Amino acid sequence: MNRHKVETVVHGIFLVMGLITIACVLMITIYLIIAGIPAIREIGLIDFLFGTEWASTAADPRFGILPFILTSIYGTAGAILIGVPIGFMTAVFTAKVAPFKVRMIIEEAVSLLAGIPSVVYGLVGMLVLVPGIRKLFDIPDGASLLAAIVVLAIMILPSIINVSLTALEAVPKEYEEASLALGATEIETYFRVSVPAAKSGIAAAVVLGVGRAIGEAMAVMMVSGNAPNMPDSIFQSVRFLTTAVASEMSYSSGLQRQALFSIALVLFLFIMLINALLNSLMKHDKEG
Amino acid sequence: MKKSIAIIAAAVLAMGALTACGSSAEETTAAATEAASTAAEAEAETEAAAEETEAAEEISGAVATDGSTSMESVIGILGESFMQENPDVTFTYNPTGSGSGITAVQEGRCDIGLSSRALKDEETEAGLKGETLCLDGIAMIVNPENPVADLSIDQIAKIYTGEITNWSEVGGNDEEIVLIGREAGSGTRDGFESITGTEDLCQYRQELTSTGDVITTVSQNPAAIGYASLASVSDQVKTLTVDGVEPTEDTVRDGSYTIQRPFVMVTVDGQALSAQAQAFYDYAMSSEVADLIAQAGAVAIH
Repeated sequence: MNRHKVETVVHGIFLVMGLITIACVLMITIYLIIAGIPAIREIGLIDFLFGTEWASTAADPRFGILPFILTSIYGTAGAILIGVPIGFMTAVFTAKVAPFKVRMIIEEAVSLLAGIPSVVYGLVGMLVLVPGIRKLFDIPDGASLLAAIVVLAIMILPSIINVSLTALEAVPKEYEEASLALGATEIETYFRVSVPAAKSGIAAAVVLGVGRAIGEAMAVMMVSGNAPNMPDSIFQSVRFLTTAVASEMSYSSGLQRQALFSIALVLFLFIMLINALLNSLMKHDKEG
Repeated sequence: MKKSIAIIAAAVLAMGALTACGSSAEETTAAATEAASTAAEAEAETEAAAEETEAAEEISGAVATDGSTSMESVIGILGESFMQENPDVTFTYNPTGSGSGITAVQEGRCDIGLSSRALKDEETEAGLKGETLCLDGIAMIVNPENPVADLSIDQIAKIYTGEITNWSEVGGNDEEIVLIGREAGSGTRDGFESITGTEDLCQYRQELTSTGDVITTVSQNPAAIGYASLASVSDQVKTLTVDGVEPTEDTVRDGSYTIQRPFVMVTVDGQALSAQAQAFYDYAMSSEVADLIAQAGAVAIH
């Protein structure tokens, strides 16, 4: 009887803990929706999403966030384009090829990379990468979409490497042994057998990288220049969805502030979409 | 058994949700850490002040200020010396920006709001009162490698609106001018643009969110020009004279250096401050702190 009571109480505690977390998510979601809708209504959904000009404090303010949306998409795509091949190859090498000692070093380095605060990435980017790009490409200023892409590519490496690594390690040894026994070389085995067997895990790694890249603000803000231009070239000074919110929030007021919440809502929807994609991949992984 | 499965399911759900907002949580943590360190500094200051027990008056409690990041050095030094004289007072300063500071004082979240621009009509109409604490010159800064030493207000306006795009047009090297500015809503930007008459016209290459970032960026790029609070300018960059006038305390006070703005303390009109906040207000506005204000790089007027 007494034992049963303890059991019930413990169950209750766990339930409350779980509910607190769910309540946090719900609160944030509801708050964002409530705070984000008014400005969209006032500006008009089409003008807001597809307007190409952002001048929030002008006498005749314009609130078009297409430049931010495109920049976020281009920036993330660029980071994936650079980061995924590097991260994927590193994962294959670490999981299958590398000797134990080398593997330890790589894993150490990756976890260190994951632990570096984003402001440090931004600082190094600002002082090394931005002047470097300016000199290398002989352009007036190096703070650009390219600088942001490079920083993001490095920042998403740890997530890509770690998740791919786990997926590759989960491939049953028998698959590889069978392939080797049939006369395939080791490299053939890794790329023809291990990687296809781990493909949904690797896809999840890519999606996770996308999520990380699209949500990053601090580091990007320090290297991208933050001018609200349409991203016509990778050397242009651009502003991301995240940095649009972060850079103007502290001094904002009125419709400008409401519009920033609307941007946050758009960003939130992007992240939700990515999460849904990730969940379906994970589910597919379990079933397959 | 079913119950426990439900609980585990809930926990898993919750964890998924946590991962979902992982990145934004990081930002929040960063902000919180920053706030915590400011608080810690303030505490450290209190302790330091408490050691020197030269209390003259019997004031105690907390004085909270909130607002302009440009006023950091001025308010920091005033708060520190005020706490030294009144060891029982805890003085805090939350550097959030002029707009946020004004909102904070309006909503009663702080005693005194700090604004690095004059109050707008809509703000005074909303029942706020602003009094100028001191003046701040906005310095035009370029890279030390840049041979240009003087620009006229007109040239500065033309540069920032994109009419002049090459340094050779104003006597410098043949390099494209890189315009560095502050984000929309910044007091420094507001001050600069209204003085030079370039509101909404500036063709910024970079919009940065702090004075320090502007100075660092200008120091990194030989073709850059930027503006920053005179109080914060360091040796990393070269300060230009404007229409032949060097930005100094005297030229700002007598008005001959034209790119300047007021630092304003904002309170709710007709609403009495707490005894300790009023004491700080009077202290800051008194002539005895002129030296401290000068030490912080601003120009005292009281």
